[in-house]
Amino acid sequence: MLMVLGHHLRTKNEWDRVMRSEILFQQKFKIHGGDFVNAGESSIKIRNILKEIGIDTDIIRRIAIAAYEAEMNVVMFAQHGTMHLLVYSNKILLKVADEGQGIENIELAMQPGFSTATEEMREMGFGAGMGLPNIKKNADVLNITSTVGKGTRLEININLNSKND
Amino acid sequence: MTLHKIQELLNADLITDSTHSNFDITFAKASDLMSDVLAFSQPFSKPDTILLTGLTNKHVVRTCDIAGVCAIVFVRGKNPPSETIDLAQTCEIPLFVTKLKLFEACGILYAHGIRPPSANQK
Repeated sequence: MLMVLGHHLRTKNEWDRVMRSEILFQQKFKIHGGDFVNAGESSIKIRNILKEIGIDTDIIRRIAIAAYEAEMNVVMFAQHGTMHLLVYSNKILLKVADEGQGIENIELAMQPGFSTATEEMREMGFGAGMGLPNIKKNADVLNITSTVGKGTRLEININLNSKND
Repeated sequence: MTLHKIQELLNADLITDSTHSNFDITFAKASDLMSDVLAFSQPFSKPDTILLTGLTNKHVVRTCDIAGVCAIVFVRGKNPPSETIDLAQTCEIPLFVTKLKLFEACGILYAHGIRPPSANQK
């Protein structure tokens, strides 16, 4: 595919751009809503995969935290969802999609401390209202789309050459 | 300060096999809210931060594993359930139990030079 594309590319820069957008590794994880027993395991797997690939430890930490917060949101607020890890040569993309209650007001949900968690979730240590803010803090780019009653999609983009300062 | 010294100061019992007693601890977090633990996490390469908490479920261990926290102290004499201990063994995160209250334990560690992670730390 790339070779075919490459044939039509005019400059080295264009070729480099195509190479940078190539997916080096990808894996999809299923997340089950309400499954607090296994909650977080997908994020641990993602962290371990990235360790094996040899990604910088600080970048791994940021991705793992973002993945964990996103995974817990699916467990707490959705029926089920998927987390899709895509590793490129210059960035890591996490796509999280769920079927669930959705977010009514994304701007409000982004405010630190805002939470719609139940008492039961809070007793387990979750629902501090820091989930989305923590994801945003660790991401270089965060896109959120949500439809109330249907579900939420997150795209978490972390550049491999950034320090997030 | 070594993890062993922290155990002594808090008069804490080690309840896991792994000790890592030579870890050089510089920072401590105290929270029952897991997102707060994640909000100020350390690079994995530096096992220098512990968590003091009254929460004993296994999500505490998982959160610390993700956040790069290298040991957990449960306060008020709370013994965690076996599933928490099992996960900690797997993750090689030592668990301690102290009879001290959270505030007391924090006060002792602060008086001995342990500090909170910087708020600017990503």
